[in-house]
Amino acid sequence: MTRTGIVVANLRRRKRRTLLTIMGVAIAMFLFITLRSVLTTLSDSGEVGSENRLIVSNKTGFTFTLPMAYATRLAATAGVSGVSWSQWFGGVYIEPRNFFAQFAIDPATYLALYPEIVIPEDQKQAFINEQTAALVGRGLAERFGWQLGQTINLQGTIFRPGEDWPFTIRAIYESGRGGFPDNTMYLHYAYLEQAFGGEFGEAGSFVLGIEDPAQAAAIAAAIDDSYENSAASTKTQTEGAYNLGFVGLYGNIGFFLNTIGMAVVFAILLVAANTMAMSARERIPEIAVLKTVGFTDRAVFAIVLGEAFAMAILGAGLGLAGALVVFNLGEFNFFGFIPGLAVAGRTILLMAGITLILTLASGLVPARAAGRLNVVEALRHVA
Amino acid sequence: MRIPLVYNLRSLRQRPATSAATVAGIALVVVTFVGMLALADGFRAAMVSTGRSDNVLVVRRGSDSELTSTVARDQASIVSAFPHVATDADGTPLITSDVYVVITRNRDVAGGSEANVPVRGVGMAAFRVRDQVRMTEGRPFERGRPEVIVGIGTALRFPGMNVGDEIELGAGRFTVVGHFEADGGAFESEIWGENEQLMGVFRGPVFQSLTFRLEDPQSFDVAKSAIEADPRLQLGVHRESAFFAGQSELLTNMLRFLAIFVTGIMAIGAVFGAINTMDTMVSARSREIALLLTLGFRPRSVMASFLMESTLLALAGGILGCLLALPLNGVTTSTTNWQSFAELSFSVNITPPVLAIGVVFAVGMGIVGGFLPARHAAKQVIAQALRKA
Repeated sequence: MTRTGIVVANLRRRKRRTLLTIMGVAIAMFLFITLRSVLTTLSDSGEVGSENRLIVSNKTGFTFTLPMAYATRLAATAGVSGVSWSQWFGGVYIEPRNFFAQFAIDPATYLALYPEIVIPEDQKQAFINEQTAALVGRGLAERFGWQLGQTINLQGTIFRPGEDWPFTIRAIYESGRGGFPDNTMYLHYAYLEQAFGGEFGEAGSFVLGIEDPAQAAAIAAAIDDSYENSAASTKTQTEGAYNLGFVGLYGNIGFFLNTIGMAVVFAILLVAANTMAMSARERIPEIAVLKTVGFTDRAVFAIVLGEAFAMAILGAGLGLAGALVVFNLGEFNFFGFIPGLAVAGRTILLMAGITLILTLASGLVPARAAGRLNVVEALRHVA
Repeated sequence: MRIPLVYNLRSLRQRPATSAATVAGIALVVVTFVGMLALADGFRAAMVSTGRSDNVLVVRRGSDSELTSTVARDQASIVSAFPHVATDADGTPLITSDVYVVITRNRDVAGGSEANVPVRGVGMAAFRVRDQVRMTEGRPFERGRPEVIVGIGTALRFPGMNVGDEIELGAGRFTVVGHFEADGGAFESEIWGENEQLMGVFRGPVFQSLTFRLEDPQSFDVAKSAIEADPRLQLGVHRESAFFAGQSELLTNMLRFLAIFVTGIMAIGAVFGAINTMDTMVSARSREIALLLTLGFRPRSVMASFLMESTLLALAGGILGCLLALPLNGVTTSTTNWQSFAELSFSVNITPPVLAIGVVFAVGMGIVGGFLPARHAAKQVIAQALRKA
């Protein structure tokens, strides 16, 4: 019988125990991957930002707006190739729990700066040409079962609070780049202005297209300096830095997720090491027999360690497969809380490392004991 | 006849390493469970203890947070003249008209991540309307001066908030003259100044909310319908306590979901571990079990005995887990409450009910994990077991 054969036979002897150990490892790995993926997805959302865009917002805080009059001077800044703006709408669709992001934009200039928003040309024109039209992401449309041409009502919270705002869905966009959210709704800034009798005159943030990403810092500094002493000071950042600012708002929740992840890994190590030790102890007589019939110390060592490795790798593989199916294929994202949730390549690498540590931690002690086992002692003990 | 408990205790002592590993595995699950529940509980407690039930909070109709609300000066004077507003001995109404904004501050000196710190401009009566606010250091701000006081949650977590420091708020500079506490509520995460001073540097002459003490604590419904029915006002009326509690729902539910999701999955793993341990214990002791059965103990007693053993292991794990979780009590952290868009600091709040839930959870794992192996033990065929040994 080959060594691999012995490992397989051993694993099959106590099927329930083997199965439970593998499942235990799989479950813990699944949980670990989930927590890591939440963290990596959040921190990666900064990388989604294009290097060719700068975001200008009010320095005081993100709920403060900037005067629309800034648009002209921003457009005239050296190195800036395009200017557009957006304003958070904050409407409620039926009830607050249906939360999703809505931005009022200037359609033509905004879409020109965002090639990530991919729309069929006829739908794009239909959206641009109708003031009460809405552009929604594929993910959002699927979430609520919306169709092109359908009219939906959002209840205003900031603008005309408590009143209904009807929108007709004229376009559905696909995300042109991984990580760019497809669960946002865009509406006409002009529609919002109209509600103020055309006198709102403020924008939440300006987005600037720049020709040379290497100049981003210089352009940002020039803009912020020129508005330093005006009524509304600006803060200009690359889109990536701006997005990361929102991630930072979670505070040290990341630290908690990491701590929990570590506790989980440690718990699996304990349970698996325990099981391995138990089964090795049970088999002292068998190992003695193996040695008697001519297996070397090293071969016995390899067999016991191989068993630990088999359980660890099977469990880790199952956990990983589960996570890939749920997050990457199934696109489960905790009910919209973590858009774009996916298992990152570096999480898989980390997991491979943990599998190795798990194998060593659970198999090394019993394997060494088996390798060093004194045959005469062991056989006497059994009899 | 029952098998005495001491048999189980001695058996566990026979295999110290295996028993200890099982206890530790369960303890880890319980630490995680208790810790996460306590975190959610602490957050909810901070929001719920923010408001008083005999205070009334008034915002623009349709607004569910102060940030999206505006209340004009004339609306504020109309409300303060309502008979439902309590007055003090001098006839001054106990009402505060608040300016409320969130500003961006760096969490540490080096820059690092940013947070949204709430700034509240209050009327001079605010300290009597919200009498849970007490100075811990320095003095309250003075009327008409560019001074602010900082809640201890914010003072501890952000740089440059010491008494005597100058901070930039919007277009103005303010001196920090004191720190305050507020029974652990959300106000402790805020910066307070005088409303008239802060209006000037932020949004101009408009308030975000009004808060007043009820003349008669029972008259909330009457006050609510009177104010909401007034055609000049267009305002929404809420109990202060319910308003802040409502803002905690989303994050509390998210933290609870996380606690149950994470520990639920961990618990399944721990139960698998417990089954394995008990299984091994049963098979290693098949000769003993056969002996017990031969001596006349009923299979039912054997099953009860093994179930007791796994429950004991789990109970030890549960208690150990609770003990390990205790040092977490009072650890403060902060995150953004997305419902109010503001940073809120809160403490991990380990309460007796949370600990009790942790222990019950552990015992549950022990019973579930011990059931199959215990039944297996009870169903042994005596002759076979004795021969095998």
